[in-house]
Amino acid sequence: MNPLLERTWRDTGFFSAINHKTIALRYIVTSFAFFVAAGILAALMRLQLAVPENDFIGPDLYNQLFTVHGTAMMFLFAVPVMEAMGVYLVPLMVGARSIAFPRMNAFSYWVFLFGGVMLFGVLALNIGPDTGWFSYPPLAGPEHSPGKRVDFYAQLITFTELAALLVAIEIIATAFKMRAPGMTLARMPLFVWAMVVTSFMILFAMPAVMFASTALIADRLVGTHFYNPAEGGDAVLWQHLFWFFGHPEVYLIFIPALGFMSSIIPTFARRPIFGYPAMVLALIATAFLGFGLWVHHMFAAHLPELGKSFFTAASMLIAIPTAIQIFCWIATLWTGRIVFRTPLLFVLAFFFILVAGGLTGIMVASVPLDLQLHDTYFVVAHLHYVLIGGAVFPLFGAWYYWFPKFTGRMMSERLGQWQFWIAFIGFEVAFFPMHTLGMDGMTRRIHTYPEAMGWGAANFISTVGALMIAASGVLFIVNVVRSYRRGAPAGDNPWGADTLEWATSSPPPSYNFDRIPVLGSEGVVVTGLAEKSREVLITTVVDAMPDHRLAFPNPTIWPFLSAVAVTVMFIGSIFTPWAVVWGSIPIVVGVTLWFWPRKDETREHLALEKRP
Amino acid sequence: MKTLDVSWLPSYKYGHHSLMWWGLMGLIAIEGTALALAAAAYLYVWSQANVWPPNAPPELFWGTVNVALLLVSIVPNHLAKRAAEDGDDARLRLWLVVCLLMGLAMLAVRALEFTALNARWDTNAYGSALWFLLGLHTVHLATDVYDTAVLTVLMFTGPLEGRRHVDAAENAIFWYFVVYAWIPVYAITYWMPRLG
Amino acid sequence: MRVQNMFSVAGPQAERIAELWWITFAICLVVFAAVLVATGLALWKGRKGTGSGHGAHLAVASAVGVSTVLLLFLIVASVATDRALAQIDASDALKIEVVGNRWWWDIRYQDPDPSRRFTTANEIAIPVGRAVELTLRANDVIHSFWVPALHGKKDLIPGRTATLTLRADKPGTYRGQCAEFCGVQHAKMALFVYALPAQEYEAWAEQQRRPAPPPADGPQQLGHDLFVKGTCAMCHAIQGTPANGRRAPDLTHFASRKTIGAGTVPNDPQQLAVWISDPHAVKPGVNMPAHAFLKREELAALVAYLGSLK
Repeated sequence: MNPLLERTWRDTGFFSAINHKTIALRYIVTSFAFFVAAGILAALMRLQLAVPENDFIGPDLYNQLFTVHGTAMMFLFAVPVMEAMGVYLVPLMVGARSIAFPRMNAFSYWVFLFGGVMLFGVLALNIGPDTGWFSYPPLAGPEHSPGKRVDFYAQLITFTELAALLVAIEIIATAFKMRAPGMTLARMPLFVWAMVVTSFMILFAMPAVMFASTALIADRLVGTHFYNPAEGGDAVLWQHLFWFFGHPEVYLIFIPALGFMSSIIPTFARRPIFGYPAMVLALIATAFLGFGLWVHHMFAAHLPELGKSFFTAASMLIAIPTAIQIFCWIATLWTGRIVFRTPLLFVLAFFFILVAGGLTGIMVASVPLDLQLHDTYFVVAHLHYVLIGGAVFPLFGAWYYWFPKFTGRMMSERLGQWQFWIAFIGFEVAFFPMHTLGMDGMTRRIHTYPEAMGWGAANFISTVGALMIAASGVLFIVNVVRSYRRGAPAGDNPWGADTLEWATSSPPPSYNFDRIPVLGSEGVVVTGLAEKSREVLITTVVDAMPDHRLAFPNPTIWPFLSAVAVTVMFIGSIFTPWAVVWGSIPIVVGVTLWFWPRKDETREHLALEKRP
Repeated sequence: MKTLDVSWLPSYKYGHHSLMWWGLMGLIAIEGTALALAAAAYLYVWSQANVWPPNAPPELFWGTVNVALLLVSIVPNHLAKRAAEDGDDARLRLWLVVCLLMGLAMLAVRALEFTALNARWDTNAYGSALWFLLGLHTVHLATDVYDTAVLTVLMFTGPLEGRRHVDAAENAIFWYFVVYAWIPVYAITYWMPRLG
Repeated sequence: MRVQNMFSVAGPQAERIAELWWITFAICLVVFAAVLVATGLALWKGRKGTGSGHGAHLAVASAVGVSTVLLLFLIVASVATDRALAQIDASDALKIEVVGNRWWWDIRYQDPDPSRRFTTANEIAIPVGRAVELTLRANDVIHSFWVPALHGKKDLIPGRTATLTLRADKPGTYRGQCAEFCGVQHAKMALFVYALPAQEYEAWAEQQRRPAPPPADGPQQLGHDLFVKGTCAMCHAIQGTPANGRRAPDLTHFASRKTIGAGTVPNDPQQLAVWISDPHAVKPGVNMPAHAFLKREELAALVAYLGSLK
């Protein structure tokens, strides 16, 4: 513990906080809260579907429930929580004192929070969006969805994609420019690679949904005709734009989880990952291929046949890089000395659940098969198998793995195992029957079904499974709360892992590392960075050679205030286009004052200044 | 304990060495993708249409004036960047002011362009795509002009330190993006309807 | 036979798709088992710490190679099936235009001779063994036509015209439903395909071509008059009467249909009475207004008249 560094780097207030660990934990807790809320919506849906011709929930509310369930899970939980794990861990794993652009990081959190509050707020007022998380026009257009419901959905996208884009920039900059000396790219942990690859995908995928949703709001609010076939627009344009984002979106969720797998498996196999170069290339290949699949969501729409076959091939071939990862993990386990702990248990669920989901993905990648299975419960099964098996189970493993680092305490192994088994069994009970339901003709997004269809039994079983999943969630919360208060002290490195976050205390001090290590040289540490002001070492991209020192900003309230201004503008523009104009003024003021240098800080920097 | 002393390193650097450059590149990737998608949507609407354009194409005059202004503005922009990299405050102030004035002129001409498009955003999908594409670029232009204004004022009032030169140099890079991105947008919206 | 099951095949396309499914399923099952066995073995060896790295690179490379070969096979199988689905001989196809609406199907039988064209709703009869070429359009939002016993689905997209060609090779009743979320009653937009032997189909079609029978008694006459002079005719059409509305299902042979509201409730007099007086009690959100103002004998008259339209 270095008291001088601690005083220099600590946050001084709640709204002005910019420490990446603080912001990351806020993100994680908030997105978990959205996860629970969206899960409750799903439980309500499952209760409605448990028996045929049920009237527990009518169609209008049901449509809001499934829309907000999907929207919240994808935009308010899955992507933000993965980003947040990166925000916490990437600076630590590369040996840096902070994330790049820490004030922007704080701003992104507030924007994310306010967007999510807006979405659940309007649901509570019974004006929640109700056209699905994919919101196809013309149904979502001005003629068939009057009122503001769909506008809240479209603007929610704007909030969350803004936050995600900013975090992506920060992660790339941190991973490329702020690594400890000697951490060449070839020594960078696979989780950092995964977050970098994900962040690049975000830069190129999110603008598509930004454009799509802005055009939708414009159609609804100011009379544009992007999606209006009567005036030269096209409903299929939305589908192209949305899915050009939507397919990479699932990889934004999946690839960080691959990073979790590659962190946890080596630790509990007590050996380095097998095939590091192949693993890196597989991540990059997945990212590139992920942009070439989107039409497989549109096979039933009116499109040329030859084009569709191309997307079948791409959608199947993307299995290869994932297969490479799976085989390398198996090889790592095979040749290791395995220690079984809860994080590994959650990670093992991937091999069972994600692999099954990937195989059903191969099925729906085929055009003829998809024409039967599209928009049925088979796809609901597939997507939950890949998202829950491929991302959520590894995420829980990651939480059990890194909770000691976040809090300094161990979670309960016993509760963890109970949670795991109830979640795993509950998952299979909830989602396996959906495969057969889909093949038996049950379409998606229906609030009820006739008794005569014979779908009642499978639906009932599925609902039981959903409730088991809910129970496992409760166990997790109990475990977190108890362990936070009374868990066994963790120490710096309870798992004996070899990435840099374990080389500092648990939880890390505000400045992360007192002595930044120089990798590749035994026992060498960095000196010469200022301790009375926030100085960070910038290194070169490939070889991490020391390049220059950089003064980092102090805590400030301007990110928070700017986020408030952005929120007012975004929500105002749902009601009137002029809000874009007058709402921009406070934003401009806010970010200008955020940027504007302070005399005292400038004096501090000048004292340490050395010209290049 | 063996040490690696970094206190002798500079406290800022230009170009791809700087963190700000990476942030800027991220922004350019995002905004470039958005422009490319807006152009793709424009071309998609075209591909669905029987008659193109459904209205008369945009008047050439103000659009071409703006292309000229944008290209000419590369000169003061480049000179400002050089001044920043040389750490020459006086030259930097001069060229930033010139850039700012040119930027304001470009915004004024852009406003005139919008009056001569021969299509409203709500007439048809062509009008919507056209306004969106131009509108997006205008947002980039306006942001750039505002950033330039803020830097210009800062160069006169202070507080100044070496890093502000990096900010000014990075702003010049963003200016290049705004100028170069305009060329394909201009070609697509003003010329393709006349030739296609 | 489960009426909406993709394996209860009644036509060549659904059959080819089901075949492809079984091939794919078999391969996927083998791969899944192999991955699980490998993982299990890895855990066992790793637990004991006895796993040798010998040949690991070769093993991983081989596994990737085998996976690639299997995937290439599946790609070829998929494309081949896709081609086969399009090979159906449509030279003598029966042409039907299907227009999707919220929440019902407008079915218009085409013919080069205009006097042989007719319109019905939600139920399609087709001759067994003859290709049917469906032209798919939508009036309002995106819908999707799906009868799994016969073929995969195809979207009905406003502003676009799509085609789906299929054939039933076995007589029977095949259920489908809208497979693209279209709003508050998406769940209640079923459709029924009746595959009939050729002669039965011709008889059915002839009957559909006839205009509605005139009212046979007093109540039916009253019902007819209420229909034609009242608001019903603003939306509905009955051939052979002045009622010529185009915004709602054609009711010329309404009594020959088995359900009301696209599969929502059976077509019997009690259900019909409820539907007419308050459709929103049955299917909330539909475009049809309520008619609670009708007197009891007026409602009964309408039910009687509509019940006569076989």
